[in-house]
Amino acid sequence: MNKELDFSQVNWTEFGKATNATLQMLGYSSLFTLLLGLPIGIILFLTARSSSVGARTVYSILAFVVNLLRSVPFIILIIALLPFTKFIVDTQIGVRGMIPPLVIGAAPFFARLVETSLREVDRGVIEAAQSMGASTRQIVFRVILPEALPGLIAGFTITIITLISYTAMSGLVGGGGLGQLAVSYGYNRYETSVMLVALVIIVIMVQIIQMIGDRLVTHFTRK
Amino acid sequence: MITIKNLVKTYGTGTKAMTALKGINLEIAKGEIFGVIGHSGAGKSTLIRCINMLEQPTSGEVVIGKTDMTKLSKNQLQEQRRRIGMIFQHFNLLSSATVYENIAFPLRLVRTPKAEVDRKVKEMLELVGLTEHAKKHPAQLSGGQKQRVGIARALATDPDVLLCDEATSALDPQTTDSILRLLLDINRKLGLTIVLITHEMHVIQSICDKVAVIQGGVIVEEGPVIEVFLKPQQPVTRDFINRESENASALEEAIRSTTAVSARTVKVTFIGDLTYQSILSQTVKETGVDFAILQGTISRIKETPYGQLIVRFEGDSADIVRTLERLTEQRLEVEELGA
Ligand SMILES: Nc1ncnc2c1ncn2[C@@H]1O[C@H](COP(=O)(O)OP(=O)(O)OP(=O)(O)O)[C@@H](O)[C@H]1O
Ligand SMILES: [Mg+2]
Repeated sequence: MNKELDFSQVNWTEFGKATNATLQMLGYSSLFTLLLGLPIGIILFLTARSSSVGARTVYSILAFVVNLLRSVPFIILIIALLPFTKFIVDTQIGVRGMIPPLVIGAAPFFARLVETSLREVDRGVIEAAQSMGASTRQIVFRVILPEALPGLIAGFTITIITLISYTAMSGLVGGGGLGQLAVSYGYNRYETSVMLVALVIIVIMVQIIQMIGDRLVTHFTRK
Repeated sequence: MITIKNLVKTYGTGTKAMTALKGINLEIAKGEIFGVIGHSGAGKSTLIRCINMLEQPTSGEVVIGKTDMTKLSKNQLQEQRRRIGMIFQHFNLLSSATVYENIAFPLRLVRTPKAEVDRKVKEMLELVGLTEHAKKHPAQLSGGQKQRVGIARALATDPDVLLCDEATSALDPQTTDSILRLLLDINRKLGLTIVLITHEMHVIQSICDKVAVIQGGVIVEEGPVIEVFLKPQQPVTRDFINRESENASALEEAIRSTTAVSARTVKVTFIGDLTYQSILSQTVKETGVDFAILQGTISRIKETPYGQLIVRFEGDSADIVRTLERLTEQRLEVEELGA
């Protein structure tokens, strides 16, 4: 670490590209995490409360898989998923190559957050809907999801932020984006300034997303 | 309208089994306000929740109109439930929806056309007096207003039956009265059958036609409110009534306080128009005995006025006997409480 902090080394065009790549990874992985995690969370919620043996078996299996995926460190998950990733997106590196492991890493996490916020919906309100003749489907879409919306948004915000840290980590294995920039310049070539800039951009992203999330939560909270 | 036959509900199985309802039989007529009263844990909520199958009965029948609720498929049950409104102690409104949307909820479940939803919601808002609050969220309303929304929502689908699970227990006395008046009003206007459960005799006395007293999962007493109220047979029933109107130990002291040689203490009950007539004073004028009122209530059960006085007559014992006979002749109920 004998080099002074010298920002003249920073290649801003490269930073632009890297930021863009990170945002792309983040955008796609967040979207697919939502699309995958939300239904899984709903299924976990519905099957956990059911009295039928079949539903409880589904719950046990699903919960086991979710716990399993959640207990694998992300960096190992990327490596373990390499063949699967190749099969799905036909590459193992770059933005595309990172999306499957990101989604598979984050969706179980998000599914649990969904399950937890759905459980917080007042049982009485669900019963009231039942007493009016609502079907399970109507109860999910017209009662539970709207009532749990603030909690779901808060959970999704946390998930996106977790995904930001995952995308940074994926830089270690050729994931591209700000993480890779920070690793290849900052770590391998001791260009601390590059690492610092990458860090600042990531921190700013986290702050902005948290702020938007908090605003939305406040907006939708009616209690 | 509603017939409940041998209804049994057991929670849990094996050693943890707990039988909350032990063979309930009830007959509730159309247009009637039927109250069920009981202490905490007696099985009131379980009973009312078995009527619309929020709780699956272990055995027995619940027949509404001509439909046995216990034998329906999931879809048939959903359909039947639309004919049965329900309101709750804690209102159970959608906090994410406005008052308007809450009332529209049951209508939208069956894809009612928009114009029809709007017409019906406005009619309901009017009925419960919340027209100005349509755009508010439940969190912005008082408890009484929330219950009005609950009532409007329950009635939006024009049900035949309204089930009320401790609908006024979370409200203050004044608000309770206004909600009870609203229920009575609806019962008259729409000819709706109302089943309500409560632990307050006052609620039963204000609006119910019939009452059943439940204890330990069994109906121990049942009948027209006026009969059960004035002639309670079971200790639990007396307990519910006494708590509100009499103070037993003060009465005992009053009965013992006499020094007269010949005295008899009786409970005199007036029902209906008799309540406001001067029967007692006219009678003692004729017979020449003295009397002291030890305790008394003049009140109403639903619309029927009644009076119940505990009176000690003093004087010649033959005169007292004649007095009691005269009172009975004039259709008062006279019950001797012991000298
Ligand atoms: N879901 C349940 N699982 C197990 N036991 C239950 C359940 N619900 C009620 N019970 C038991 O059944 C009995 C009757 O309960 P219920 O809720 O019907 O009483 P209640 O008369 O409504 O009382 P309260 O006035 O306190 O509401 C109680 O002993 C209660 O512990
Ligand atoms: Mg109860």
